[in-house]
Amino acid sequence: MAEQLVDSVKEGTGDAHMSRLALIAEGQTFPTDVHDELKREEPILEIRDFNLHYGEKQALFDVEMKISKGLVTALIGPSGCGKSTLLRSVNRINDLLPTVRIKGDILLNGESMYDPGVDVIELRKRMGMVFQKPNPFPMSIYENVVYPLRIDGERNKDILDEVCETSLKGAALWEEMKDRLHESALGLSGGQQQRLCIARAIAAEPEVLLMDEPCSALDPIATNKIEDLIEQLKGDYSILIVTHNMQQAARTSDYTAFMYLGHLIEYGPTDRIFVRPHLRDTMDYVTGRFG
Amino acid sequence: MTTTTKNDVKSEPVSRRRRKRSRASLFSQGEPMVWLTGGGLVISLLMIVGLLVLVLFHGMGTFWPSELPRFVTKDGQVVMGEVTRQQRYEDEDSGGRKLVRTGNFDLSGEHFRWIDDSSIVDRTLPPWALVIERTEWGIFYGFPKAFIFEGETVAADPAGVYEKYQEYHKEVSERRERRRKLETVDVGKVNHVLEKARLAIKSAELKYGKGSPSWERATKAYEAAEQRATEDFKDIRLKIDALNRSNARYVMLMETAQGQEKQVPLAGIVRAYPANSLDFTGRTTIYLARWIEFLVDEPREANSEGGVYPAIFGTVVMTLIMSLAVMPFGIMAALYLREYARAGTIISIVRISINNLAGVPSIVFGVFGLGFFCYFIGASIDQLFFAEHLPNPTYGKGGVLWAALTLALLTLPVVIVATEEALSAVPNSMREGSYACGASKWQTIKRIILPRAMPGIMTGMILAMARGAGEVAPLMLVGAVKLAPELPIDGIFPYIHAERSFMHLGFHIYDLGFQSQNSEAAKPMVFSTTLLLIGIVFLLNVVAVRLRTRLRKKFESAAF
Repeated sequence: MAEQLVDSVKEGTGDAHMSRLALIAEGQTFPTDVHDELKREEPILEIRDFNLHYGEKQALFDVEMKISKGLVTALIGPSGCGKSTLLRSVNRINDLLPTVRIKGDILLNGESMYDPGVDVIELRKRMGMVFQKPNPFPMSIYENVVYPLRIDGERNKDILDEVCETSLKGAALWEEMKDRLHESALGLSGGQQQRLCIARAIAAEPEVLLMDEPCSALDPIATNKIEDLIEQLKGDYSILIVTHNMQQAARTSDYTAFMYLGHLIEYGPTDRIFVRPHLRDTMDYVTGRFG
Repeated sequence: MTTTTKNDVKSEPVSRRRRKRSRASLFSQGEPMVWLTGGGLVISLLMIVGLLVLVLFHGMGTFWPSELPRFVTKDGQVVMGEVTRQQRYEDEDSGGRKLVRTGNFDLSGEHFRWIDDSSIVDRTLPPWALVIERTEWGIFYGFPKAFIFEGETVAADPAGVYEKYQEYHKEVSERRERRRKLETVDVGKVNHVLEKARLAIKSAELKYGKGSPSWERATKAYEAAEQRATEDFKDIRLKIDALNRSNARYVMLMETAQGQEKQVPLAGIVRAYPANSLDFTGRTTIYLARWIEFLVDEPREANSEGGVYPAIFGTVVMTLIMSLAVMPFGIMAALYLREYARAGTIISIVRISINNLAGVPSIVFGVFGLGFFCYFIGASIDQLFFAEHLPNPTYGKGGVLWAALTLALLTLPVVIVATEEALSAVPNSMREGSYACGASKWQTIKRIILPRAMPGIMTGMILAMARGAGEVAPLMLVGAVKLAPELPIDGIFPYIHAERSFMHLGFHIYDLGFQSQNSEAAKPMVFSTTLLLIGIVFLLNVVAVRLRTRLRKKFESAAF
């Protein structure tokens, strides 16, 4: 009976409603439904057969995914589905947790990131990351923005000033901040702090920008500004964004990946995922029937 | 409640009855806990405030010049002195007894005497009863009879004598001070040169053997130095004699209450005042002068009189060296434990051990410091660098450096625990943000974590300083002494003498209160010294707190 069901689900026949997800919950695995459009894109990141354990608990199962260069890719899915874990694996910040075990690999521009010889610190410098809660450092606005340069040992005031200005302009913050650069960053509003964190992330001129629910702690106006910013940054940076907000994914991203319980379920162009996904499960999720 | 459906009502009508709410219960309102916790705070505060008030009251009162009554008892004895204590008998209505400080130890052989209130037949306040604080033999109470200058009486009435005293006392004191300087500083300098020459011989002997050319040279240099020193000594002796001679010309002839006469040389008087005829301003002047003497002078009379300046100096120097030593070690240890070490059994055991270290009796640290720092490290240093001084130890004995290091060891747990707390209070998002920017672990610690944790670390530092400054037991073993002739920092090269023994206020309190021959007289000084120690700890803390505030402002100008 169960096997029949599995077969019918795999073939996409029969009553597939919810059952793929239910079967995943029972421990079954399915290959990701990847749309053909993705094959045309040039990938900057290639996640290969990626498994991740937090101690005994497996958080990611055989994730296979290619992130397209210069575009915005959104990760959606219910809470605890592993979106953030996947994002944090991309700049290896999960390594800091002592219980994490990893199988598989991620390639950045075709180079392995999890190779034992890779310099993690160099690697992280090629990725900018924006966190769920704004985390400006306890220093001035200026020092926050140039922090990535400071840790590289950059002392030239002209270069620092220039990077500070371009980064703040890039984060649409220059007009607001140019007169108060040497005030504490902790005195800014939540939205300003988050844009400051984006400025800090792009100050190092990364290849990939990772955003972990960047708007979840912000009010609608600040959220709007961040979304506009994502729109502007697209092209210069490849952006991978985790979001809980379906509309945000629909508005900002070019491609969307739907994850469930550590499995990548469906991955395709955003307009397809939100309008005509291949799977009923995805449809149910994006229309808000569960999750 | 409308959520219960009709069905439920039918099947279980009882469930509709509301659960009894415990609004009436006192505990549900939380009132008793407010009182209980508030009461706990009040009791703690009362204990602390009570102690402080006691110390403040006695400590501030010590130097106030009290009146000097003269008592005549039933059996015709005359007693004059300051009343230091009053006791009541439990069963009798007849009052109690007084402890009178009679002074004049050189004549009577006693400092204090108890008098029964019932035996007193007369109490007067003689206007010309003088209190004389002397450099030797303690306080003298008596009446001025004559002022003798070069053997001739120049004044014979009390007012005249006191006037003469006031006229000459200042210059006599200056000469005495000059003599003291000659005796300590100048003689010390000559001795230092001589000692250096002597050590040069010994050093040459150790290096090249007796009879070698360098030894010969050193011996010759020593002989020359000795000759020069003898001349210098003669010179100084002459100067001292001249000062003594000119001071010896002034003598005050005093008469005690019992009628005995006593010549008091003016040079031996620190301060004299007619206690019963002083107005408020006069008393305040003497009070302040005594405080200043207490703060800036050296102790006299087995520490029970004079000042505690060397002890203040020793305490502050020791505490500062201790802070400098404990800061880096404590912070580094805490950084490793919190930031680098992987949590596990071993780290837990280490952490528990550190916490337990705070519970080890401080005297055990003293014994360890004596054995390890003084006798092992100190002796090794002596062997290596100060061989010519042996068998006299240089570092191989108690000293301010070893005391500071012992106390650093003692306060290390406080600093480690406080630093760890401060580090763990730094949110992980800060660390992740820094790592995500490509910072290494050390860069993250240096630029983000330490600045953020610095106020908390400073708090630990303040606690450690308060603990260290007040500690006495280990110091008795590793360098605090009753009387240190030389300060740990002075004008003779190399200026900082970390090997020297030092005086410490905490030890001074113990010494005054329990080791003094005249402990009754020293008792008020115990309170003053305690007040001073509390004041110094408070001052050091204020400095540290201001430093903390400045650091906070420097690292972030907004909320913390």
